[in-house]
Amino acid sequence: MPKIVKLMQGNEACTAGALAAGLRFYAGYPITPSTEIAELCAEELPKVGGKFIQMEDEIGSVAAIIGASLAGKKAMTATSGPGFSLMQECIGYASLCEIPIVIVNVQRMGPSTGMPTSPAQADVMQARWGTHGDHPVIVLAPGNVRECFELTLRAFDLSEKYRVPVIVLTDEVIGHMREKVELPDPAEVHPLRRAMPAAPAGYKPYAADPNGGVPLMAPFGEGYRWHCTGLFHDESGAPSNKGEVADRLLRRLMLKIENNVADISDYASEGIEDCELAVVTFGSSAMSSLSVVRRLRKEGVKAGLLRLKTLWPFPEAAVRELAARAKTIYVPEMNLGQLALEVERVVAGRSRVVRIGKVTGELFRPEEIYNAIMGAK
Amino acid sequence: MSNTLSYFRQERLPHIWCPGCGHGTVTGALVRAIERLGLDKNKICVVSGIGCSSRAVGYLDFDTLHTAHGRALAFATGIKLARPELKVIVMTGDGDCTAIGGNHFIHAARRNIGITTIVMNNEIYGMTSGQYSPMTPKGMLGTTAPYGNAERSFDLCELAKSSGATFVGRATSYHVPLLIDLIEKALSNNGFSVVEALTQCPTYLGRKNKIGGAVEMLEWIKNQTINAKAAAALPPEKREGKLLIGELHNAPAPEFAGEYGELIHTVQRNFANMKGGLWECASNSD
Ligand SMILES: Cc1ncc(C[n+]2csc(CCOP(=O)(O)OP(=O)(O)O)c2C)c(N)n1
Ligand code: SF4
Ligand SMILES: [Mg+2]
Repeated sequence: MPKIVKLMQGNEACTAGALAAGLRFYAGYPITPSTEIAELCAEELPKVGGKFIQMEDEIGSVAAIIGASLAGKKAMTATSGPGFSLMQECIGYASLCEIPIVIVNVQRMGPSTGMPTSPAQADVMQARWGTHGDHPVIVLAPGNVRECFELTLRAFDLSEKYRVPVIVLTDEVIGHMREKVELPDPAEVHPLRRAMPAAPAGYKPYAADPNGGVPLMAPFGEGYRWHCTGLFHDESGAPSNKGEVADRLLRRLMLKIENNVADISDYASEGIEDCELAVVTFGSSAMSSLSVVRRLRKEGVKAGLLRLKTLWPFPEAAVRELAARAKTIYVPEMNLGQLALEVERVVAGRSRVVRIGKVTGELFRPEEIYNAIMGAK
Repeated sequence: MSNTLSYFRQERLPHIWCPGCGHGTVTGALVRAIERLGLDKNKICVVSGIGCSSRAVGYLDFDTLHTAHGRALAFATGIKLARPELKVIVMTGDGDCTAIGGNHFIHAARRNIGITTIVMNNEIYGMTSGQYSPMTPKGMLGTTAPYGNAERSFDLCELAKSSGATFVGRATSYHVPLLIDLIEKALSNNGFSVVEALTQCPTYLGRKNKIGGAVEMLEWIKNQTINAKAAAALPPEKREGKLLIGELHNAPAPEFAGEYGELIHTVQRNFANMKGGLWECASNSD
């Protein structure tokens, strides 16, 4: 089969990526600017024997996809700010119980109903820390339409591999933008299949190496008869309120991610090898930043761009390396300083970090970033 | 007797419930109904929310899912729609089902999704130690109703029926044979079934309202009820203030997950010649 060349919207590409990954269950509640994903899933899933359901709210949506994942299906929901807030409790459930799910959050201006439905990038911290308690989570940030496909596909693979919820964090601009994209030949796409235990006899649903091991997940309905609970639990799945059981479980959950930052981290860059001035950003702000970096280069400034495709776990190594070279690091983002907090933490004073925040509900114009850099130089 | 115990994870016992709690009686009734129907253990999923009642699932030897407060039906909806061939049962409390989970309850009923819901109604929030719930009768005491509950309560069975449930019944932890019968019928209905089981919480509702221990509470529950069939023959003044027990509604209708399966067949027939659509994934369909 040939490659697929198409004019596609970001949300459409997310849906295509999910289908390529083997999506078979979607539950969601309409909210702009994410709704096209639900509409496309409603149309496409029955064609491949998959299921679509419009739930009564976003809490129900994430709960339903967790149920479907437990039943052995690749499952996803999509939402935006207010809906993403509603999902938080059950995202924690999926983290603790190690249920693979994918959530696309097409960010819009908040807090609250905010400015519907202008773009924003202000859910960086919520995506990481939205639910209560320490918990593992992976957050990917596509920077263009093609990456909506790639990173949603990857989100499924990572969620199966590490048994964690994976959040695909896009924004209204990326979600609604149309670009010509070339998608791979379907025969060349090999999504990860969930690793299965060998047989029900002796199955321990949470038996794994305490140093970040990932236990094997049995689907419901196959004779394993296991217990899944949002209480802290031991290897057999039995609830426990012993301190050492909780400690062992939570540390293992965090190590699943911490030990594999290199595998999960992903970024794109331009000109960072010899840069004196760097821009670190993600998503649609990176589109505006790219032309700024190129313009600065033309003007003789050694500028570089580091565009993060993985936001969490934060690609510390890449940023630290950058800090060894760049005197100043600029962080443009459509919020008042969220990614910048992480950059500042990692840079730890080795470079000057300058925040460039925008909260007018509009995409950065390149000259705004350019002027901010010139003004701060 | 039979091998009822074999449906339990005996290694997880003893349970967490207080002496005299009614939740165990309801759990026992569920297991007996399953046993009578001879259902395949491996094809049963029991889902619960949060509360003393919701802890029941941890003791049962099926695939069991103890979820978040109020969300059992939403998780269960995902399981049932994903794998309609599984028997999906929800065990929930009055607070779990009618307060925080009320919206999921009415929508699961509206869809007539094939889930058997057993509401263990002790008319109080037991787990959080005795606050009033939407099922606490007006005037009764709770830790957050120190002067008597000022709110009206639900008639859960009427709520279920008017929301679209196709089988609805009510029994109590006193009327155990009736409870088993109703659960058996509920499990046999292909659609959304609700069995409300009134149970006793001697620790909080009983103590706070000075009803007494488990035995006095069972009497107290019994005296509130009247059999639906018998009630039909009684004059209204004799039924006044009584809760009807028995089968209250039985109106089979097409089940949602099955209907969605039909929809898939139709779509796949219509699109048989279509290559892939948005993504050419027909090749790995299931
Ligand atoms: C989101 C959330 N809110 C509140 C609680 C605290 N909580 C736990 S159980 C419960 C009430 C349970 O009452 P019910 O469903 O009637 O069960 P019972 O304990 O009476 O059997 C509450 C309020 C919680 N766990 N989660
Ligand atoms: S507090 Fe009430 S509902 Fe909870 S276990 Fe004790 S008696 Fe049962
Ligand atoms: Mg209760």
